Amino acid sequence: MRRDDTAAIRAVIAAGKRKDLAFAVLGVAALVFAAATFVALFTDMLIDGGHRLKLDFFTNFASRRAENAGIVAAWVGTLTVMVVTAAIAVPIGVASGIYLEEYAPRNLFTDIIEININNLAGVPSIVYGLLALGMFVHTFGLGASVLTAGLTLALLILPIVIVSTREAIRSIPGVIREAAYALGATRWQMVKDHVLPYSMPGILTGIIIGLSRAIGETAPIVTIGAVTFIAFLPPSPITAEPPFLSFEWLSSAFTAMPIQIFNWTSRPDAAFQANASAAALVLVLMTVLMNAFAIWLRWRLRRNIKW
Amino acid sequence: MSAESGLTAGRLGHRRSRRLKEKAIELVLFACAMVAVLTTVGIVFILLKESLVFFRAVPIGDFLTDTQWTPLFADAHFGIIVLLSGTLTSAAIALSIAIPMGTVLAIYLSEFAGARTREIAKPVLELLAGIPTIVFGYFALFFLTPILQQVLPWLPGFNLLSAGIVMGIMIVPYVSSISEDAMRAVPVSLREGSYALGATRLQTAVKVVVPAAFSGLAAGYILGISRAVGETMIVAVAAGMQPNLTFNPFEQAATITAYIVQVAKGDLPHGSIGYQTIFAAGLTLFLLTLCFNLLGYWLRKRFREVY
Repeated sequence: MRRDDTAAIRAVIAAGKRKDLAFAVLGVAALVFAAATFVALFTDMLIDGGHRLKLDFFTNFASRRAENAGIVAAWVGTLTVMVVTAAIAVPIGVASGIYLEEYAPRNLFTDIIEININNLAGVPSIVYGLLALGMFVHTFGLGASVLTAGLTLALLILPIVIVSTREAIRSIPGVIREAAYALGATRWQMVKDHVLPYSMPGILTGIIIGLSRAIGETAPIVTIGAVTFIAFLPPSPITAEPPFLSFEWLSSAFTAMPIQIFNWTSRPDAAFQANASAAALVLVLMTVLMNAFAIWLRWRLRRNIKW
Repeated sequence: MSAESGLTAGRLGHRRSRRLKEKAIELVLFACAMVAVLTTVGIVFILLKESLVFFRAVPIGDFLTDTQWTPLFADAHFGIIVLLSGTLTSAAIALSIAIPMGTVLAIYLSEFAGARTREIAKPVLELLAGIPTIVFGYFALFFLTPILQQVLPWLPGFNLLSAGIVMGIMIVPYVSSISEDAMRAVPVSLREGSYALGATRLQTAVKVVVPAAFSGLAAGYILGISRAVGETMIVAVAAGMQPNLTFNPFEQAATITAYIVQVAKGDLPHGSIGYQTIFAAGLTLFLLTLCFNLLGYWLRKRFREVY
């Protein structure tokens, strides 16, 4: 081989390596940019609203004076709505997942349910708000209550819960099912005693991700007409007289963290913007903690279980 | 003998009640799976019902061709193009960021990065995807817009550019995670073949892996488009709510979603034409995203079946 041929080949190789390196740098840059956005978001909110994060910010109601305003109605509202959402979305979502993986026959109708769930996951959240406005608020007459908001958000996260339940169940090997059947278990006994317990961490991950999505959703609850200025808490679920339980809180008006943020953001006064960023910081911390817990759960699951 | 037949009868009875119980459980599970189907039916029903009333008052031709959107004025015009222009412009800006960045990230994570980098990068992206959109809206209005105004001093406080950019960053994790899944589903033998012919890493990624995973990448892009079109809070907060027939990113304009939020926030009486416009707008949005979702679903199904 002639010497200049070798040199030419070496040049080609070097050029290829340079391009590889350039792309790797580009990839790292994109990653760094994403991480930097995350950091900028946090720092910006901390600078703008950090000084508002004192105890009375969490215990005061909204106020016309920015420095007295707090988020107690908002976080209590968010909490109650989440209780309703979880109480509806978890059983229905998990049951749907079980049905589709363990029971559903392979036919056209099952295909329709599947395509439908896939499509629901892509429907913009505001459309769920319109559904709730037309159906729950005006047709069923539930008003802009905790129950309406809980139902709406439950429908919104249903696809997330269903899909993650299915994925968790699908990862359990068939031999487990065969072993249960061989010992005379019925289908439901097999599901209840084996499939469900083993897929629990995966299902839980999906539930947490779904709820963290619901906690930050603004558009649907604005659409149902949630009030932004609330100076009372929903009635307590536990009462002094028998039967000691009251469900009045379900029909109570409410506000929620994202709505409070939206309301404060749309005011021109800088003092309210500080409130908005402090509340946003609280909300982001809530969702990030929930997501981080879910990620950790999944990571642990992947590490521990080997079939 | 009689004792034995009694035992058999008891067993048979037990078996029958067991079968009944199994059937009942299956029925309950099936009913839960139907909730998702009913949600879709409910959405379509409510949107159509209210829109039909609207289209009785406003001819559908006017709705599609009028160039003004002034539903609450005495001289009412209902040209959805006005809102559509805001939606499409902000979505276009978002996608011009999300698609290149998401693709580069996906190629980097799937073909270049080591396992350790991936272990760190994926959770960071997931956390970014978990941030509530109202917080991104706040970030666009109070962080990015002032920065952009330093470069472009004539930029108004509300503009499509800032909202679009932040929306793009928000969508990056969706695009990158679907694209990465698609590329990782490409069998290693294809890559080995490419390397054996002397291709570099970048050449293998761009000329072998990307074409092989193309339908998956396209599915990711299309779901990104659907997200951008349906995104509400970022545009409602940062792009202004003024209906404006424009494709200029430096102006403010209302999107379909922002209009719905704006009307729902006010106190429009149930049954008025203003109330019905949000359902007509919602129907337009639903049909738009439905097309994208079905296309994305079809593409994703295709790439799964290839290997």
